[in-house]
Amino acid sequence: MSKVKSSTGQIRAESIFRRSLTGIGIAMVVLVFGLMVTLIIESVPSIKHLGIKYLWGRTWDPVNNVYGAFPFLLGTLLTSFLALIISIPFSFAIAVYLGEYNPKGWLSNFLKNTVELIAAVPSVIYGFWGLLVLVPLVRSMEMKFGILPYGIGIFTASLILAIMIIPYAASLGREMIRLVPSPLKEAAYSLGATRYEVIKNVVLPYTKSGLFAGILLSLGRALGETMAVTMVIGNTSMIPDSIFAPGNTMASVIANEFTEADHTIYLSALIELGLVLFVVTVIINMIGKRIIKRFTNE
Amino acid sequence: MEKLLKTCKRSLAFTALLIVALAAIQTNVSAQDDKTILGAGSSFINPLFSKMFADYNAKTGIQVNYQSIGSGGGILQLTNKTVDFGASDGPLNEEQAAKFGVPVLHITQASGAVVITYNLPGDNNNLNLTPDIIADIFLGKIKAWNDPRITSINKGVAIPGLPILVAHRSDGSGTTNIFTNYLSKVSAEWKTKVGSGGAVNWPSGLGGKGNEGVAGLVKQTPGAIGYVELIYALQNKMDYAKVQNKKGKFILPSIASVTAAGNVKLPDDSKIFITDTDAPDGYPIAGFTWALIYKEQNYNGRSQDKATKLLKLLWWNIHEGQAFAEPLNYAPLSKEALKVAEKILKSATYNGKTIL
Repeated sequence: MSKVKSSTGQIRAESIFRRSLTGIGIAMVVLVFGLMVTLIIESVPSIKHLGIKYLWGRTWDPVNNVYGAFPFLLGTLLTSFLALIISIPFSFAIAVYLGEYNPKGWLSNFLKNTVELIAAVPSVIYGFWGLLVLVPLVRSMEMKFGILPYGIGIFTASLILAIMIIPYAASLGREMIRLVPSPLKEAAYSLGATRYEVIKNVVLPYTKSGLFAGILLSLGRALGETMAVTMVIGNTSMIPDSIFAPGNTMASVIANEFTEADHTIYLSALIELGLVLFVVTVIINMIGKRIIKRFTNE
Repeated sequence: MEKLLKTCKRSLAFTALLIVALAAIQTNVSAQDDKTILGAGSSFINPLFSKMFADYNAKTGIQVNYQSIGSGGGILQLTNKTVDFGASDGPLNEEQAAKFGVPVLHITQASGAVVITYNLPGDNNNLNLTPDIIADIFLGKIKAWNDPRITSINKGVAIPGLPILVAHRSDGSGTTNIFTNYLSKVSAEWKTKVGSGGAVNWPSGLGGKGNEGVAGLVKQTPGAIGYVELIYALQNKMDYAKVQNKKGKFILPSIASVTAAGNVKLPDDSKIFITDTDAPDGYPIAGFTWALIYKEQNYNGRSQDKATKLLKLLWWNIHEGQAFAEPLNYAPLSKEALKVAEKILKSATYNGKTIL
């Protein structure tokens, strides 16, 4: 009798557990869609007022209610991809070193923790460091090259971003490389391959979807980064004419202007900027997923 | 399939319940007790308010909870009736006033000023600048420091021939509002090309976030020029310029000259930018910070007791409270401003009857 009771109790507990799991899963989906719906609804005044030309408009003028997202869209894409290009050699080097050359021991652990620490440092600290250390460095470099020595601008922002995103691709890459089955590697060695050849011909091809996923993760982080970028990018709504020119990103404009946006269309234009950022992130993620899928199918 | 649907439904119901519960907690928070007055808004006035309200609490036992979230946020919270008073560095604009739908009183609390700060090697603190030079620098038309227009009014001062780099605020702010309002008054070209507001489409230069962002840009770049709050410049011992006012005098920004700027005939509702003041000793780039309250205090089921407490607090702010202004580098209200503020406070009502 008591056994039956306890088993019904178990069944109930099971179903409550399952139900709460489903509930939490659904809540996430609802959250994402709710987010998008909110962004769309709140953007309506701006979309009505400005229409589609919002996307390629080049003026951002809160006084006359003319808003164009193009300079910020460009700024976001430019800084993110530049940061990605700068960071990839470093993150791959770290991944290969920690995954293949030095996977164990105190040095490996120390290095791994340090790299992970880079991701844990709050972004405003990177902003400070960028402003106080990196900006003067870039300025003196610009003076040598004969470029207008602002010090701050797209390039400086990309450098900061690059440092911030290194750990994402590096950590994931390291995990992936360690998962490469040793029989594969041993086979290559036994055929007389050097270590470099093993990495080039066995490890990297085997892990490329994972490495790419790491890059995608980094890119997502770079697209949305706000604080550190705001502090070093120069915050002008002019279209940058070189990578050393000041510019602005979507996230940084929102952070800067949201609290004091004092009329409906202004506020709505800022929210629409958030919507554009959201859509850009979704599109890049979708393209990324496609590429990963193609890699894995091969 | 049906089972799955059922689970989904139940889970949804559970989520909905959770949301309702959270919402209930939220509304409970806004129903505060009678000994607490809630305020929100201007971050510029926050240090002064903190000091004032601490003293007021010691004297009367009334706790004032002020959130320094920016003028725009304060106005929004007052619109939503979640605070008893708001504080703003600019008067309500038409759209904001329309959203209230009912009259809102502006009570001046203190004034502040915007100073022109710059970074030039050599001994050249307190350069003389005229309104049209400032406008043309920020329009990007004067490009170098050794421009004859600048050197001719600063004879005997060593001014290097550096290119000018303009630094402005990147975030929306009351400081920018006062500064661009001033530029619109003194320069027709600025008025048509750029206009005034908390954030504008800057014709030139770099943006820094907050006073510290602009100050950082200026300090790091020889030849840079920017604008920051007077308080910030005083606390950080920055170089700033004398500005020629309407009467033709070059005025050094100081607490006295900012108070003097507000000592002019003010409109009955005190909703005015005192930039480009007529006062002969007044610094021309100054502005008020206002406390905002509903004219009719019986709303949202508020008690008359609470309304009286709020008005008494604001009355204290503009009288005894002013003693705290100067030590904290705020400019206390001028005689004229105080007179108008008293009159406005007395016009507040509860059920149509005056309170004070």
